[in-house]
Amino acid sequence: MNKIKKLLGYVWMLIAPTIIILLVIQAKNKITIATEVTRANTILQWVIILLIFTPICVGFFIFGKYASENAYDHLPESSDEIED
Amino acid sequence: MKGTNQPSKIAFVIGASSVGTLIEWYDFYIFGMLATILSKQFFPSDAGTAALLSTLAIFAAGFIVRPFGALVFGRLGDLIGRKHTFLLTLIIMGGSTFAIGLVPGYKTIGWLAPILVLILRLLQGLALGGEYGGAATYVAEHAPEGQRGFWTSWIQTTATLGLFLALGVIILIRSNQGVEKFSAEWGGWRYPFWVSILLVGVSVLIRMRMSESPMFTKLKSEGKTSANPLKESFGNKANFKMVLLALFGAVMGQGVVWYTGQFYAQSFIETVCKIDFIQSRNIMLVAILMATPCFVLFGWLSDKFGRKWIMLLGMFLAIVTYRPIYKEFLNITSASNKTQGIDTSATKVGPLMPLLDTKDKHKMYIKQVIDTVYLDGSVFKYTITDTLIGFNDLDVNSSINSMNPMLVKYKSIKPNVVVEKTMGSSASWNLIWLVFIQIVYVTMVYGPIAAFLVEMFPTKIRYTSMSLPYHIGNGVFGGLVPFLGTLIVEFTKSSNNPKGDVLAGLWYPIGVAAVCLIIGTIYLSNKIDKDVMD
Repeated sequence: MNKIKKLLGYVWMLIAPTIIILLVIQAKNKITIATEVTRANTILQWVIILLIFTPICVGFFIFGKYASENAYDHLPESSDEIED
Repeated sequence: MKGTNQPSKIAFVIGASSVGTLIEWYDFYIFGMLATILSKQFFPSDAGTAALLSTLAIFAAGFIVRPFGALVFGRLGDLIGRKHTFLLTLIIMGGSTFAIGLVPGYKTIGWLAPILVLILRLLQGLALGGEYGGAATYVAEHAPEGQRGFWTSWIQTTATLGLFLALGVIILIRSNQGVEKFSAEWGGWRYPFWVSILLVGVSVLIRMRMSESPMFTKLKSEGKTSANPLKESFGNKANFKMVLLALFGAVMGQGVVWYTGQFYAQSFIETVCKIDFIQSRNIMLVAILMATPCFVLFGWLSDKFGRKWIMLLGMFLAIVTYRPIYKEFLNITSASNKTQGIDTSATKVGPLMPLLDTKDKHKMYIKQVIDTVYLDGSVFKYTITDTLIGFNDLDVNSSINSMNPMLVKYKSIKPNVVVEKTMGSSASWNLIWLVFIQIVYVTMVYGPIAAFLVEMFPTKIRYTSMSLPYHIGNGVFGGLVPFLGTLIVEFTKSSNNPKGDVLAGLWYPIGVAAVCLIIGTIYLSNKIDKDVMD
């Protein structure tokens, strides 16, 4: 199980930037289409979506990094293991 | 310290905490429940879908700031105590809700109206961000050992009951006032916002009688409280990794399941299935009422079998059944699956209401209501409006004209058909059961989660550490379900398919829940932390 946790850690690290790239591409396409076809301004909506999901994806990348470093092989059972 | 073993004391703790939290949820949700009316009041009247999307965006803004509220008030709660912090959040929430009810409409103050509403909505979000973590922590720190899931599950019922209260108050006022009075600029839609100040006043009085959490009091007396909760929560890898695990392995999936079952479902049956305003809310009310005891059931079960698998089972069931459930919504409410009444009264064509244009005598506005009655008791009401021109023109192609031969000589330039459906008893119950199933999933993922989060973090930074993942999962991932769902459906619309794929919005909650399910299954532990004092 620890091996799977570690390997999946790399997968999460890959998925995180992929989501950001996909969101940026989608935003670019949709803003262009919306402006050309319906003349609607969807820039603000997309800026909000990107602003929200970028830090979450950064968090997801860090989660993957921790997993790849075997940080989740053992979960703390008392607060002494968590506190400095 | 093993919590409180006196039943009367724990009952008071639960009651006092729950009433306040319930009112905060009520305050937060009336905005979403009234989104359609608010979009008309606070945005230009010709903005249509754009106004609704803007209102949903303001609604979503309240969710997005919840994590910031979690940081601000979480820190405060770990520094000065749980009781005073969640008393403060209650006052901010009540004040801003009351103030939303006082903001004049777009017609009166123009763009200042949506700006003021946005600011007040952000304050609501900040307050809620600080409230829930405090209440959950407070109750958990009073709960006897081995019963934490059971006792905290009462707090978990408050979000759903807050939604129930919001729906109930809105239906009551709207039924008494009628649609026009309710929807007017200073109409009845404002009352639910004003009612809040009374509810909050009562709750503040109750909460002032409460004492501080015994665990926090002990830490404080020993001088062991955290000096910098934010740094200790997120600057310390050992704790931060648990914050990330809580978010990606449990709360983000829980958040989307919660908001799909209780918000997206209502929005879908009202705006896509076109169920009438009151009936769509009644369906939600009955389903919520029937499913609410399951919060306590699953909270109690989580004390016996662990939190993890109950939550993940709820996510799994949601993932595999959402699309079939929503397809069934469409089937039940579709006219093609119904048989019309066999006598001539099955279709009641109302009188044509023409209105001549005073400036252009060649133009006429018409409105007609046609009721179609089906054998199962369902009534579909079609309100047809049109603008007709060209009195001598025989080239008529509008659907309305074909229904009214009298008008065959006029040419339609703006036909519009609005459908409003009232379902018969059996169809209505079928819809209730489908919503009920979704709310049972909500109770599975949400019932045990307060105890789960409390057990993950140390007492001295618990408020901060559990509030942030909770509010990112619920406020951001969950709160964006209606907005992103609507947006995804918009993306599927094209000139060939003007309605788009109405089920496409479900891919967002399904996708998020699926990733969360995988992470939760592999990384989470099912062990129950017996001693949360450490």
